[in-house]
Amino acid sequence: MSQDGVNKGRRTLLVGATSAVGAVGAGFLAVPFVGSWMPSEKAKAAGAPAKIDVSKVGAGAMVTAEWRGKPVYVARRTDEMLGKLEGLAGRLKDPDNANKEQQPDYADNVYRSRKPELIVVLGVCTHLGCAPKYHPEVKPEPFDPNWQGGWFCPCHGSRFDLSGRVFSGSPASDNLVIPPYMYEDDNVVIVGVDEETA
Amino acid sequence: MSNNKNSLMGWIDDRLPVTQTYEKHMSKYYAPKNFNFWYFFGVLSMLMLANQILTGIWLTMQFTPSAEAAFASVEYIMRDVEWGWLIRYMHSTGATFFFIAVYLHMMRALLYGSYQKPRELIWIFGMLIYLALMAEAFMGYVLPWGQMSYWGAQVIISLFSVLPYGDLLTEWIRGDFLISGATLNRFFALHVIAVPLVIVMLVVVHLLALHEVGSNNPDGVDIKKLKDENGKPLDGVPFHPYYTVHDMVGIVVFLMVFCTVLFFFPEGGGFMLEYANFEPANGLKTPEHIAPVWYFGAFYAILRAVPDKLLGVAAMGGAIAVLFVLPWLDRSPVRSWRYKGWISKIYLVIFGINFVLLTWLGTQPATETLTLVAQVASVIYFGFFIGMPFYTRMEKTKPVPERVTGGH
Amino acid sequence: MKKIFALIAAVLPSLAIAAGAGVPLDEHRTDLTDKASLQRGAQTFMNYCMGCHSLEHARYNRIAKDLDIPEAMMMEHLVFDTDKKFGDLATIGMQQEDSKRWFGATPPDLTLVARVRRPDWLYTYLRSFYEDPSRPWGVNNVVFKDVGMPHVLADLQGVQKLGTADVTVGYDTLTGQPITEEQEHTLYIAEEGTLTAEEYDDLVFDLVNFMTYVAEPIAVERERLGWWVLLFLAIFFVPVYLLNKEMWRDIK
Repeated sequence: MSQDGVNKGRRTLLVGATSAVGAVGAGFLAVPFVGSWMPSEKAKAAGAPAKIDVSKVGAGAMVTAEWRGKPVYVARRTDEMLGKLEGLAGRLKDPDNANKEQQPDYADNVYRSRKPELIVVLGVCTHLGCAPKYHPEVKPEPFDPNWQGGWFCPCHGSRFDLSGRVFSGSPASDNLVIPPYMYEDDNVVIVGVDEETA
Repeated sequence: MSNNKNSLMGWIDDRLPVTQTYEKHMSKYYAPKNFNFWYFFGVLSMLMLANQILTGIWLTMQFTPSAEAAFASVEYIMRDVEWGWLIRYMHSTGATFFFIAVYLHMMRALLYGSYQKPRELIWIFGMLIYLALMAEAFMGYVLPWGQMSYWGAQVIISLFSVLPYGDLLTEWIRGDFLISGATLNRFFALHVIAVPLVIVMLVVVHLLALHEVGSNNPDGVDIKKLKDENGKPLDGVPFHPYYTVHDMVGIVVFLMVFCTVLFFFPEGGGFMLEYANFEPANGLKTPEHIAPVWYFGAFYAILRAVPDKLLGVAAMGGAIAVLFVLPWLDRSPVRSWRYKGWISKIYLVIFGINFVLLTWLGTQPATETLTLVAQVASVIYFGFFIGMPFYTRMEKTKPVPERVTGGH
Repeated sequence: MKKIFALIAAVLPSLAIAAGAGVPLDEHRTDLTDKASLQRGAQTFMNYCMGCHSLEHARYNRIAKDLDIPEAMMMEHLVFDTDKKFGDLATIGMQQEDSKRWFGATPPDLTLVARVRRPDWLYTYLRSFYEDPSRPWGVNNVVFKDVGMPHVLADLQGVQKLGTADVTVGYDTLTGQPITEEQEHTLYIAEEGTLTAEEYDDLVFDLVNFMTYVAEPIAVERERLGWWVLLFLAIFFVPVYLLNKEMWRDIK
């Protein structure tokens, strides 16, 4: 062995080139292994848009549907309920939907819905993922003596109004998520798809 | 770097011999400088082992080990899981290339006498790896629960029925009166964790034993006899960096062949993924032609060549067992075939061709002619070992040089 | 068609014992990039096969995507089960018990049949039904002796018989006229179907093309990716080879 006449520059260059191309190869190799953890076609098929018949939802009532294994709440709010929403702004963390992630553009309004009376909202608390309970009546509640109707999460006490907006003092920071949805006709809502994604 | 007691490495080395281990096995492990292409297949076997473990872990994430769902879950991986097809083909093609690498690695040992004193233990650990690998591959092939999975398992497990209490033994292995979901579940457990653990531990021991006595070389010369003033073998080069960069050339070329088969011939013409295995297991209908996957072909051919169940199983077992005692069968004073006599040379070439022939025979339907050929080939196979103590002792060998030849 | 006549004529004497194994098969020149052929094949499959045979590992949306069929068209013209959603597996509603009673055995799922039997076999099989009044469905098959299914495509192919008929053995080099020869054990069309022989062959070709696709839907993409992987390895080889050469200059 001898180190005479070693071209160090060439050696460094070749080590660098081999390492660089090898690193690119390792990156390519990682793609299938990382990619295979994404939801499979089976999961996607099971998570396909869900059709909900909303004709049976009475005034003030709520039904729970399922989309991608998550509860979807559909509530038909009365005019009286809707009338209260504007006045709650002072008690809410994000009354004006400043966090655009929480709803599609067409639900970026005080009712957080396409048609004012009918709200379609994911029943997944933005704190730690429990399913909030529907308390539509305006009456003093153990968790809020001045309750104006909305959702209350039994896990850690987060409170949301009838538009799914979170009250100040709740552990949750964000409003409930409005999923993408559209009306197939007046009585049928499709959750999981809208004009943008269709 | 080991001298710097103040560095982080020094701190660690005082507590865990990282640098010492690195030097012993990499930067100060002196390997003969005349390795030829046969010496790629050790590292290539390791590469395939890593491939099998990695892709195998990923496959277990999506595979369902039950008689009802296993077949469909493989198709689920092939179709519904993103990139699942690639990971599955990497695993199924990897099995074939693992065996190719291992067989060539073993052939290398035969050519250059790498099993001879003082490397008997390396050879025996290698044989244990090979045995574990056969069990691993067999159980892995059962998992997709196709027709060949089922009937292959039926045939192989039935081999145990020749042993004392055979019926009881086969029932115990199956966990049922026939191959069933119980068999599949236990094979799954053994395939994904038990046997791989054994293989990895055996590989570690195999390498430790190798690095204790040092690598052999195509001349069979002991490079430790002649050392320079620093005590380094004159014909040795540090494994790192010389053989790491050298091995990479072999790895890239090997991967090109591997990827060609993987992407263009993933079924391997029915030798790697048998056509009948795309049909779900059916315990009431035997496929027209049951053949093992190619890498078991040679031993299956020997099994079939003997027209008696007990003797056939004994011959097959003997064909594998005889390899274990190879270090004591070879009485030649020289290691490498380069310096052995002409009987050894010719028989070694014939043995290699004969093994390929047996492998092919094992995958073919047994006809009268082919059975006869298999019988002759079996005799040649055993003759190689049984005759070895005699022809290696009798034949005239050539003088072995002091230093290695060829290479760089 | 001519070729199969000649081939079958040559091997028929051995058929009695061979039960379909070893019959020379017509080559199916599978072309998975011919989307139009795959679409026609899918249509034939859904119309003629899907009544009894499922594609239980394949999803409609995947087939539609791979074959460039729009969702609306797929759901309207190729998915007959109204309960099915676009992303569903192509299973069928036929009850296993019923089918077993009707056919004596449950018609097998066909998702992977092209990988089990191979395209050449399917292509030959689907063109080799012949009239045989001794069989429950009135037909037998040259490559699958005593087959348990009826000849579903009989309306298209017509009535095919096995017997003595004129077979084209070549073409006159001067006139281009076919040279015929009377041969025994030959398949021939006794009553025309709605398709000509060539049209029927094309239909079966497309059908087998589709079945080959559905047996391994990734095949085209697999090969495409393979070229890129090999290209990468070829590029990687250059610095690896040069580095090895450079390092080993140390070793005398």
